Amino acid sequence: MTGGGDLTLGGVGLAATVGLPALGALVLALFPARLDRAARVTGTAFAAATLVVGALLAVGGSGDWFSYLPSSAGAPGVRPWHDLDLPWVPGLDLRFHLGVDGVSYPLVVLTALLTLLCCGSLLWRVPAPGRGRTLVALLLVVEVGILGTFLALDLVLFFLFFEVVLLPMYAVIAVWGDADRRRAARKFVLYTLFGSVLLLVGVLTVTTAAGTADLVTLTGGTGLSRGTQLAAFTLLAIAFAVKSPLWPLHTWLPDAHTQAPTVGSVILAGVLLKMGTYGLIRVAVGVAPEGARWAAPVLGILAVAAIVVGSLVCLAQSELKRLIAYSSVGHLGFVLLGIATLTATGFQAALIGNIAHGVITGLLFFLVGAIKDRTHTGALAELGGLRESTPRLAGLLGFAAIASLGLPGLAGFWGEAFAVAAAWQRGGALWTTLAVLAALGGALTAAYLLRLLRRVTHGPAAPAVLALAPNLAGAEVAVWGPLVLLALVIGLAPALVLGVAEAPVAALLEAIR
Amino acid sequence: MVGVTQAVDNVALVPAYLAAGTAVLVLLADLLVARRGVTMAVVATGAAATGLGAVLVGLDGPRRTFCVGTACSYQATGRTALVGCLFALLTLAVLALSAPLLRAGEAPSGEYCFLLACSMTGGVVLGAAGDLITLVVALETLTLPLYVLVGLRRRSVAGTEAALTFFVVSVVATAVTLLGAALLYAVTGVVHLSALGAALAAGPTPPEPPLAVVAVALVVLGLVFKVAAVPFHAWAPATYDGAPVPIAAYLSTASKLGGVVALLAVVGAGPGPAAVPSAPTAPPAAPVVPTPLPTEVTGPVLAVVAVLTMAVGNLVALRQRRMVRLLAWSSVAQAGYVLAPLGALAGSAGRTPEALDAAVAAAVAYTVFFVLLELAAFAAVVTLRPVVADGGEIADYRGAARRRPWVGAAFVLALVGLAGLPPGFAGLFAKVVVVRSLLAGDAGWLAVVVALNAVVGLAYYVRVAATLYAPEPAVTRAGDEAAAPPTPTDPAAPAAPAGGAPVSGPAALRPGWAVVAALAAATVVAIVVGFAPQLVLDVAAQ
Repeated sequence: MTGGGDLTLGGVGLAATVGLPALGALVLALFPARLDRAARVTGTAFAAATLVVGALLAVGGSGDWFSYLPSSAGAPGVRPWHDLDLPWVPGLDLRFHLGVDGVSYPLVVLTALLTLLCCGSLLWRVPAPGRGRTLVALLLVVEVGILGTFLALDLVLFFLFFEVVLLPMYAVIAVWGDADRRRAARKFVLYTLFGSVLLLVGVLTVTTAAGTADLVTLTGGTGLSRGTQLAAFTLLAIAFAVKSPLWPLHTWLPDAHTQAPTVGSVILAGVLLKMGTYGLIRVAVGVAPEGARWAAPVLGILAVAAIVVGSLVCLAQSELKRLIAYSSVGHLGFVLLGIATLTATGFQAALIGNIAHGVITGLLFFLVGAIKDRTHTGALAELGGLRESTPRLAGLLGFAAIASLGLPGLAGFWGEAFAVAAAWQRGGALWTTLAVLAALGGALTAAYLLRLLRRVTHGPAAPAVLALAPNLAGAEVAVWGPLVLLALVIGLAPALVLGVAEAPVAALLEAIR
Repeated sequence: MVGVTQAVDNVALVPAYLAAGTAVLVLLADLLVARRGVTMAVVATGAAATGLGAVLVGLDGPRRTFCVGTACSYQATGRTALVGCLFALLTLAVLALSAPLLRAGEAPSGEYCFLLACSMTGGVVLGAAGDLITLVVALETLTLPLYVLVGLRRRSVAGTEAALTFFVVSVVATAVTLLGAALLYAVTGVVHLSALGAALAAGPTPPEPPLAVVAVALVVLGLVFKVAAVPFHAWAPATYDGAPVPIAAYLSTASKLGGVVALLAVVGAGPGPAAVPSAPTAPPAAPVVPTPLPTEVTGPVLAVVAVLTMAVGNLVALRQRRMVRLLAWSSVAQAGYVLAPLGALAGSAGRTPEALDAAVAAAVAYTVFFVLLELAAFAAVVTLRPVVADGGEIADYRGAARRRPWVGAAFVLALVGLAGLPPGFAGLFAKVVVVRSLLAGDAGWLAVVVALNAVVGLAYYVRVAATLYAPEPAVTRAGDEAAAPPTPTDPAAPAAPAGGAPVSGPAALRPGWAVVAALAAATVVAIVVGFAPQLVLDVAAQ
């Protein structure tokens, strides 16, 4: 860990990770409107540069990030590989403090990757009202917010970045979305603002009580009374539960995901939801562990309810995109169950579940978007026989669906299995029951995804499907390829994610004990 | 009275002299030269000089004059400088916004400029008021010219109606304040703010508890009128909508700022250093540093007023179809956010000196951020509308940001800032400051109320922002027109033909450079303080 204040290469890298997409958005805003394609290329270049810089954050850290050493007593619960700590608004205890560690690094890379892929897909085709330049610029602003949220080590800064996402995402849904986009966008922005104002109150409750907003200092809940911790955790948990989303605060999600354009859905499901689960681990649990222990059973019960309810709703869905959207509720339920157990296994499950869901659901939304572009319908009943006319698309959809249902060997498996295992390990009547119910929910997940496959790829061919050309565009292969590969690689070598997360999770658990 | 003659510290009074001198000069210039350009140049120069004078005097350190013993009627402090400077700048900006109006001959420029300068004088003195009488007189000097300005437009029935509404409600409110002040004098025998707190606290354990409580409540409620807070808010939407848009901008920024300053003077520590040395010997029941009015009474009153103001303002704004009315209701709601930090005084933890300072600083900081954003929003309305038109329907702004991207972006930035969201960081930090002071004052419930109101607020701000970027209407929405409230007759406003022409008419109707400059300046300052809010926090904490 570098000392605060002096600028290191890692610090510059952190600033660049957040700064590059911001600069990109600014450059695009100044582009003349007629150079739309050039603007999109420029935006994609900025997204690519962000991915490179973000990925390089793993290099040249403090060196002990793969170590399995238990932390010594008194060590902080967050030990960033790199950090950047500059004063900003002393009157509000706000410092521009960024840092990256094994919990945030995979999410940073995933965010940068998905944004790049989305920008790449926009090079090839821009959704309905056109103006790809603006759409790319908005995606870059959203990326700034998400990356900043993952990198912020100052609570108030975390809140600021958390808020940055709201309006650009609103615009993405409201302008480029489907028929009912206005209502869905409004619902999204008001619902999630409700969450983030509670986050504001929660964050400031902590900072005014502790006198600092530094997450490194605050992790472990030192110096906060039990009452403050309970209040803070309640506020923060509701805030993150809206974002994640946790049943029963999830109702904004299906509408937003269904109405958003493909790139919007990918970013929403792929990484935006992870701001909630990441915040729950890093901020809510980290800062108010006492509150987390107090609320863990409630959180666990709601998470399992989300798994079961989400799966049951999916079983009854007749619209492809809506089904995928609702499946996020169930999958995030597993992530939240992992967090609720407050164990190392549970946190690991949550982290790998986050990444796997981001990769797989991102891929699923890309595929669904491609299907809807081709057939102009999302109704399952009108999509039968996809396998016969476009076997490659159907095959990829099958792959993604099977990865999503948690087949061992693919990415989706680890998060679900570990979450159930963590709940089982917690023991006791409640957690054992929750583990059993979650496992049942996992079976339901398999049921609805297989139903989806049976309806879409098999079955009698529908007229809308028969007319399709069998080929995939080169751009589509280029965009989907990395996600397919990642779903396989993470499934076969989960240590890629679990390895980097092991030390920080151990440090966090040590700190909140 | 101690003596007939007093030593007067004229340096402290320089900003007031400059402001009053501006008014006189304008009158003379209008009389002798009688050219619009000269008159306006005089006000602009005078306002700039007043602002500069206020800053220079403020940098020199605190001064006081018109003293009786230790109590002074005129106290120039850092906050006086801030308030004086803000009033001068707001006057300058409103003058710039009024340029097209005056050029078109809609209002007599001599009278218009004179009244604006008079109002500025009231504001400059208000920031330094050290006793209840100076306070009320300054506040009335600020408000009185506005009655006329609201109705000054030629051939406008709506303006006259608005002026009358404003006048009647304002007179009642002033009477309420005066009654309260008189009762306070009856109870304590002092009018100086610095002596009032001690007199109320140290008296024979409140002599007439009900009378003192009633007096304090009356003063506070009367002042609440100026900030357009519930229950004295109903004048604001009608008056703003009937007034010329630049005057509506002045009402919702400068006049509101005046109300906040007056309220802070009586509720908070007031301008100037309070009698700190006597703190250790203060009676245990009283706050350590006596505020002019007892916080035990003002705190709960202001908490209730703040909650009602936020809720009513936001909920009613949801249903507005006219732009200026929407901004008016939203500024009612914003007044609630301004008052909210003071509501923390309702709880005992909020009455410690540190919490009190934090609350007052938060209210001032919020006001500064708000005034800036509100000014930018009104400047954008003036820029987007034809020269002599009123604010018009929100539907008239459909697609305006597509035709004029920079103005639209500035408008959206102001609206988003008022909602308290990025990229309007100025507004976001304003909300952070308020919530933070509330939590520091142990008023978590009020913080949650503020936060939830921000959600309601976004609902209508985002509706306007979306309208600005909405595609041009292919067909006029006849249903909307029919359902809208009757439009005040405005001969210049076209009747919204297909294509939404009313917003940016032909080039001849384009507002002048002054309006655009005011909009640009307000936007740039809003962006700068959005990224460097410490600037505002520092001056607010003085």
